[in-house]
Amino acid sequence: MSGTDLKLLGTKESLFTYRIVWALKLKGIEYEFVEEDLFNKSPLLLESNPIYKKVPVLIHGGKPISESLVILDYIDETWKNNPILSTDPQERAYARFWAKFVDEKFYEASIKAFFLTGEDQAKGVESIAEALQFLEGEIAGKKKFFFGGEAIGFLDIVVGWIAHWFQFVEEVGGFKVMDSMKYPAFDSWTKNFLEVPVIKENLPPHEELRRVFQGFQQMGLAAVGAKE
Amino acid sequence: MEEVKLHGFWPSPFSYRVIWALKLKGVKYDYIEEDFPNKSKLLLQYNPVHKKIPVLVHRGKPVAESLIILEYIEETWPENPLLPKDAYERAMARFWIKYGDEKGGPTFYSFFLSVGEEQEKAIKETMEVLKVLEEKGLGDKKFVGGDTIGLVDITFGWLPRWFECMEEVVGVKLLQPTTFPRLHAWMENFKEVPVIKENLPDHEKLLAHFKRIRESSVADTMK
Repeated sequence: MSGTDLKLLGTKESLFTYRIVWALKLKGIEYEFVEEDLFNKSPLLLESNPIYKKVPVLIHGGKPISESLVILDYIDETWKNNPILSTDPQERAYARFWAKFVDEKFYEASIKAFFLTGEDQAKGVESIAEALQFLEGEIAGKKKFFFGGEAIGFLDIVVGWIAHWFQFVEEVGGFKVMDSMKYPAFDSWTKNFLEVPVIKENLPPHEELRRVFQGFQQMGLAAVGAKE
Repeated sequence: MEEVKLHGFWPSPFSYRVIWALKLKGVKYDYIEEDFPNKSKLLLQYNPVHKKIPVLVHRGKPVAESLIILEYIEETWPENPLLPKDAYERAMARFWIKYGDEKGGPTFYSFFLSVGEEQEKAIKETMEVLKVLEEKGLGDKKFVGGDTIGLVDITFGWLPRWFECMEEVVGVKLLQPTTFPRLHAWMENFKEVPVIKENLPDHEKLLAHFKRIRESSVADTMK
């Protein structure tokens, strides 16, 4: 299925960009990927997302959309095959609630744990563990492979970065929180998620991610502004 | 018979977002005032993750986080739509809802609670946010939603009353009609919408409440 004049501005390592790659590929939508250099942003990016100047940006028929969760909603509403969100309002609210939770609590705690040291880092790690405990409870409670049920959906796509990127946040950041014994259901989810063909075939190589995170660490907190 | 309950807190703009949406759609509901800081057992049960209001309970099932509640209300009661039909327009609306919430909230709170150098920084950031709303967020119509208010207007809805009270308590007026004519006009129009006009916290009561909060925050900073 072709998306007439569809461009995705992103980077090959950006966890937010991959959410959009996965959603588009799941629906079999053709698009042009435009690789951005976040330290030398293109005029197209600055024009398309003047407020945040970040990736990903989806440009459909010349009209830009920013913010990964907003883009995911747009994709699901525009291409109705292989839906990533349920039609039921309660289930949609559930997916949105946990997506917000991951993007706020888990992500912000990860930034703390990665960039800070000593007691501040320990606080970040503690927050991650708390967030992970909630996610563990949710996926264990579902008794299904994925947050979306039998197939991956909106929430799996949003949580997905934890399955692949997070290990480098830990490794380069110098902390460890993921534990298959403490979070067995989440661990199963991770393994199942990475086996989904669309995901498996669309992940940045380990070495690339390690290198990118090492670069972020050197930049310090300024990296968070440039990245994504 | 539909059972809709809203757990809220009278000074909270987030509570009011939900009240406005329910009233605009003519949805009947029971309002439960949470007595902060003594959160009810029910609230903790319904929102164990954040332990915050507002929480909407529909047919016994809770929905938390005001913006998520707004989408839920829009999807469950589609009459009097508060989001555009067109997918791209909806994406634009969602973008501004997110911006208004993410940039507006923390920045305005910082302006309200801080002193000295931190406050100067917060004032600068608040002015930037207001500028973005003025120049890009409002669009060309009477309301962001068009001739009638929509979810974006509702999300910006704490500029009148709440932000105005904050400015009064802090003693700094940032949102002047001369510097932000469009925002000012939008605020005046918004306050006149019957559902909004009839559902705002009392000005004096909110002022007193905000005074207490600021005094306590400033005292903490001095410690």
